[in-house]
Amino acid sequence: MFKKILIANRGEIAVRVIRACHEMGIAAVAVYSDVDRAALHVRKADEAYPIGAPAASESYLNIQKILDVAKRSGADAIHPGYGFLSENAKFARACADAGVKFIGPTAAAMDAMGSKTRARQAMERAGVPFVPGTSRGLESFEQAEQVAARIGYPVMLKAAAGGGGKGMRLVHAPEELKSALEGARSEAERSFGDSEVYIEKAILNPRHIEMQVLADEQGNTVYLGERECSLQRRHQKVVEEAPSPIVDPDMRRRMGEIAVRVAQAAGYTNAGTVEFLVDQQKNFYFLEMNTRLQVEHPVTELITGLDLVHLQIHIANGERLPFTQNDVMIRGHAIECRIYAEDPDNNYFPSPGKITLLLLPSGPGIRRDSGMYEGWTVPMDYDPLLAKLIGYGTDREQAIGRLTRALNEYFVGGIKTNISLFRRILGNPDFRAAKMDTGFLDRLLKQKADQSDMQPDSQAAEVAVIAAGMFAVLGSAAAEAGECAVINGSTTKANPASNWKSAARREGLR
Amino acid sequence: MTYDIAINGKQYRLDLDHIDGRWACRVDGREVEVDAVLARPNVLSLRIGNKAYEVKCERVGGEMHVWVGSRRFAAEVRDPRSLRSRVRATDEHGAKKLTAPMPGKVVRVLVSQGAEVEAGAGVLVVEAMKMQNEVKSPKKGTIQRILVIEGAAVNAGDVLAIVE
Repeated sequence: MFKKILIANRGEIAVRVIRACHEMGIAAVAVYSDVDRAALHVRKADEAYPIGAPAASESYLNIQKILDVAKRSGADAIHPGYGFLSENAKFARACADAGVKFIGPTAAAMDAMGSKTRARQAMERAGVPFVPGTSRGLESFEQAEQVAARIGYPVMLKAAAGGGGKGMRLVHAPEELKSALEGARSEAERSFGDSEVYIEKAILNPRHIEMQVLADEQGNTVYLGERECSLQRRHQKVVEEAPSPIVDPDMRRRMGEIAVRVAQAAGYTNAGTVEFLVDQQKNFYFLEMNTRLQVEHPVTELITGLDLVHLQIHIANGERLPFTQNDVMIRGHAIECRIYAEDPDNNYFPSPGKITLLLLPSGPGIRRDSGMYEGWTVPMDYDPLLAKLIGYGTDREQAIGRLTRALNEYFVGGIKTNISLFRRILGNPDFRAAKMDTGFLDRLLKQKADQSDMQPDSQAAEVAVIAAGMFAVLGSAAAEAGECAVINGSTTKANPASNWKSAARREGLR
Repeated sequence: MTYDIAINGKQYRLDLDHIDGRWACRVDGREVEVDAVLARPNVLSLRIGNKAYEVKCERVGGEMHVWVGSRRFAAEVRDPRSLRSRVRATDEHGAKKLTAPMPGKVVRVLVSQGAEVEAGAGVLVVEAMKMQNEVKSPKKGTIQRILVIEGAAVNAGDVLAIVE
């Protein structure tokens, strides 16, 4: 087994992988940019190395710097997490050349899948169902016009190297095509250094359902059930759940077998995800394969009882899958909320800043994968994902109940987060009835938030009045004493107990 | 101690005294039975009668927010005897300022000074955390001034442009 693993990432996923390493008795090496010295993953690691300026291209995307750290630290494997270098074939190849095991698929498999157009060509050969469109990048605007006319509007333009909605445009009518194509191309060039864009028929109000696969290096490939990821905003997933409420065992088997075929056609190893679009008649179409661990992998872990990061490490170590397809059982229901630093009252703009207060949920069926802590300043340089809150239950209703309860316990002060959005989603009758598609969130957000945080409530307002007064009193008192005090039942003034003593007393009360 | 407190803009008068380990509390002259424990800085466990509340306090950029459960209230506390009563200046009519919604970088200026814009038209694009966000004109009018250039780093609340 590996002795030491370098985690080429930051935030909650770096912490997630460090934890897996420690669970398996493996030392964990963190890397960090200049603004991440105080980040949680640095605190949790066994070794940590600075890799430069905040811009990702100078640090987390810099292959040479990361391989230098691997060499200096003596790491024998690298886990890339998601994002950054996780789907970069050049990086996987450079790791192999440097004699460090890349925990993920081979560069060749990534090449086959990393480009959406090439993936599509391979899938055509493997007989996988896909949405009508071009399987090659568009050469000209004229070609785009012709194809769009042939398959019929609305059409979707997509970056071949894309992901996360970047370089993607929905086009309703011919006159919008030109500017959309230019926009998609320049965004693709900016985001991925590759302006190749292709075109597909847009399926309106589809569901987005994906299948987790796992393949060892001996040629065994299994599927671990699906995840419903239809709740998206700006093509970014916001809520994911497993299993999908609309997938029955037969559909799961058919989708799973196709996902396995996709993986095998690409010579795929390690963990991967095959994404499908599902139309209202439950026809499913291959969308793309993500050649990495997904953000939403915990929901699959909860319903299968498997630890995907452990399995990734075992597979990379050359071990066989310790189970077969027949051993994979799905039990219960899990739902994940992606907690972002963004402002619900300001069109969900990113809201970096210092976390002044953090109250954490816990209790039955709650899992929290987080990269934040109280007192930490969220930098503005990266994706605003702070944490993932996952609720698990015997069935969907219980999972929703637990997650709603946990969201009410969760409090992040000092910065804005989208926690209130999840309360709205989880309380929505259509969500409760599992009537979802990829347009659900946009429609929900267009409605007035009648359940908003700012809803007038005279009783709660009176509580706020009293509390505001007390906080004002305490604000000045606490500033003088540097101490929190019990302000009833005992006298507040002249309590000379040291902070250490009171801290011990508080601990003793737990 | 008497405070004037505005909660979401509505005015209340709060009398709060701490006598023999008990709180005496009046809201707008009406007596309220209350008992409080500061569980940790900025977190109060309040009992009002026998009802229990967890109340959180958040101070962001000079503003105080009080959360009762999951409900947020904007609070302004003034001690009428104190000279430090804060008055927030608001410029509701005439020129409108377009401010940066978050710290980031101005990646594009979409209109030039003197241009006519419709309400909701994009004026600038600010990028932060891999996201590009259009800053839109709050009203129909003329761009009186553009105060930043492309590439400029800005903080949340910085004035980027003025529409008249």
